[in-house]
Amino acid sequence: MTLITYRDAVRDALREEMHRDPRVFIMGEEVGVWGGSYAVTQNMLREFGDKRVRDTPIAEGIIVGAGIGAAMGGLRPVCELMTVNFGLLASDMLINHAAKLHYMFAGQVKVPLVVRAVGGSGRQLAATHSQSLEVLFAYIPGLKVVMPATPYDAKGLLKAAIRDDDPVLYIEHSLLYPIKGEVPTGDYLVPIGASDIKREGKDVTIIAWSRMVHVALQAAEILGREGISAEVVDLRTLRPLDMEPVIRSFMKTNHAIVVEEDWRTFGIGAEVAVQIYEQAFGYLDAPIVRCAGAEVPMPYAKNLEALAVPTAGDVVRAAKELIG
Amino acid sequence: MDLNQDRLVSMYRQMVLIRRFEERAADFYREGKIGGFLHLYIGEEAVGVGAIAALEPQDYIVTHYRDHGHALARGLDPKRLMAELLGRATGVSGGKGGSMHLADVSKGFWGGYGIVGGHIALAVGLALSAQYLDENRVVLCIFGEGSTNIGYFHEALNLASLWKLPVVFLCENNLYGMGTAVERASAVPSVAAKACAYNIPATRIDGMNISTVYEAAALAVAHVRSGQGPYLIEAMCYRFPGHSMGDPERYRSKDEVDRYREQDPILMLGKQLESQGILDEGGLEQIDHDVSKVIEAVAVFADQSHAPAPEALHEHVYAHPLNHREGAA
Ligand SMILES: Cc1ncc(C[n+]2csc(CCOP(=O)(O)OP(=O)(O)O)c2C)c(N)n1
Repeated sequence: MTLITYRDAVRDALREEMHRDPRVFIMGEEVGVWGGSYAVTQNMLREFGDKRVRDTPIAEGIIVGAGIGAAMGGLRPVCELMTVNFGLLASDMLINHAAKLHYMFAGQVKVPLVVRAVGGSGRQLAATHSQSLEVLFAYIPGLKVVMPATPYDAKGLLKAAIRDDDPVLYIEHSLLYPIKGEVPTGDYLVPIGASDIKREGKDVTIIAWSRMVHVALQAAEILGREGISAEVVDLRTLRPLDMEPVIRSFMKTNHAIVVEEDWRTFGIGAEVAVQIYEQAFGYLDAPIVRCAGAEVPMPYAKNLEALAVPTAGDVVRAAKELIG
Repeated sequence: MDLNQDRLVSMYRQMVLIRRFEERAADFYREGKIGGFLHLYIGEEAVGVGAIAALEPQDYIVTHYRDHGHALARGLDPKRLMAELLGRATGVSGGKGGSMHLADVSKGFWGGYGIVGGHIALAVGLALSAQYLDENRVVLCIFGEGSTNIGYFHEALNLASLWKLPVVFLCENNLYGMGTAVERASAVPSVAAKACAYNIPATRIDGMNISTVYEAAALAVAHVRSGQGPYLIEAMCYRFPGHSMGDPERYRSKDEVDRYREQDPILMLGKQLESQGILDEGGLEQIDHDVSKVIEAVAVFADQSHAPAPEALHEHVYAHPLNHREGAA
């Protein structure tokens, strides 16, 4: 095991997969000479050359479109979108093309494409650069959507995504890049479509993904000191959604809180809650609670931005009310 | 790069096959056996047949929803194409794609696509795979003039030129995108002129004359295959029927259609074959007769094929069945 940052975990996954398979290459805005706008692909141009580390024009449609075509033709492209917000310009490519081709052509075409993008808020980038849009893509059959919270998952899931035969949207969180975690030295994969218990507990199940996993863990820590034992489930993959650990946990705790950075209405938490109702109604001691993003375009001012995103304090308060 | 006599005759046959196939498809549509949209290629046959004849078997084709003619010209099985139009399990796309989404990857035919312009981006990606893997392939990407005002067209031409990708862009300029005449939609009505913005060599040709199309395509393919980057052909043509079945055609006059019908590419090639003494009237009739026989068999095959099994509904959403929690701790 070595202690590395989330950023290094993503880069190591890319590098190891590129060394393993010559068909893997990366392309996107500023991935080469600049080294990635979040420094993820730093020094990779020097290591792999410009055939495999390709700077592109600012044209999200063709970045993902060319990625899809290259994947159809036998390559394993990893396209980088600076942020998931700009991914909206490529959403037709992801939704109308990548997600459809295998089905529409009855299995003749495969699209082993990874699209990496940065999502989430917290850096005062305001309304157009701070969104959590995972639900738009997780809604689409034919796509896979993964959102790792730790360096371990970031590396293992990216390697799994690159080896996957379907299009995978891999969303990183900019505030997580500096966090550190233990990662095995050798090759390992984290399976797509498997949720994970990040902390065990017996009184309440807290469900989260990406950065909100850390908020949930912080809340669980505080609750623990106050005599409430919280179990934290990290969804890790939003499609295919693995509800099994959530349901198992809920049957034990009979209480659930979903912590989500995205908007409450029609958000991922709504889907998680309804699946708990469908699969474990008899185990319900109280309504399921959602701690979610405020339903506003993200404001710039530091204090307002902080108010728009769930905090550990919000989760602690919700848990106490729920158990109280 | 002259066409020899046999080649001309086989092209004539292909054009007649497309014409009869489309006419039979229109009948199936009227009988209610074809659902959704049905975009016919009648009138534009010389473009697809002439250009596709310039390709090698290893080359790729990516096209739009008006794709029956291109599929037939590439040699896809007409029976399985008609079966696809009828939504049958024997169809080239298993009955899941329909008229707009025909594909047979074994023939390098990567599909018809229903989102205007989207496939131009995919074609550039396929060309990137060919260049990256050092495969000797050219990608032929076919689209209408109406698709050249969408962002994808410009993003695709720019990247293809920047990276010198092996793709021939073939624009079928049939003067209308649905009901909008080209001058009402494009500030620069010549598509070939647009290519200069991306430093791509381009030519505008008479798409009703199959020899002209073939020669232009052969030059373009040779240019692209030699590694010099993309090439654009704008083939001026005309679709005789409406945009799709049921088009009320308020945007053009009957006179206009009649004038273009006088340049019917099949009639013109027929006349050429006669005047050059390659085929006489009987020879042309024989081809028509043979093709009609083929189309009869095609129609019977398609009509008698089964609909997809209900289990097909959930097949092929993902490359492998989802195995939740496989290998999970
Ligand atoms: C993105 C998108 N917008 C609109 C449509 C609806 N539509 C289908 S065909 C068409 C006209 C396209 O014209 P052109 O590219 O010239 O091709 P043609 O049909 O003339 O062969 C339109 C607007 C669509 N399929 N996709």
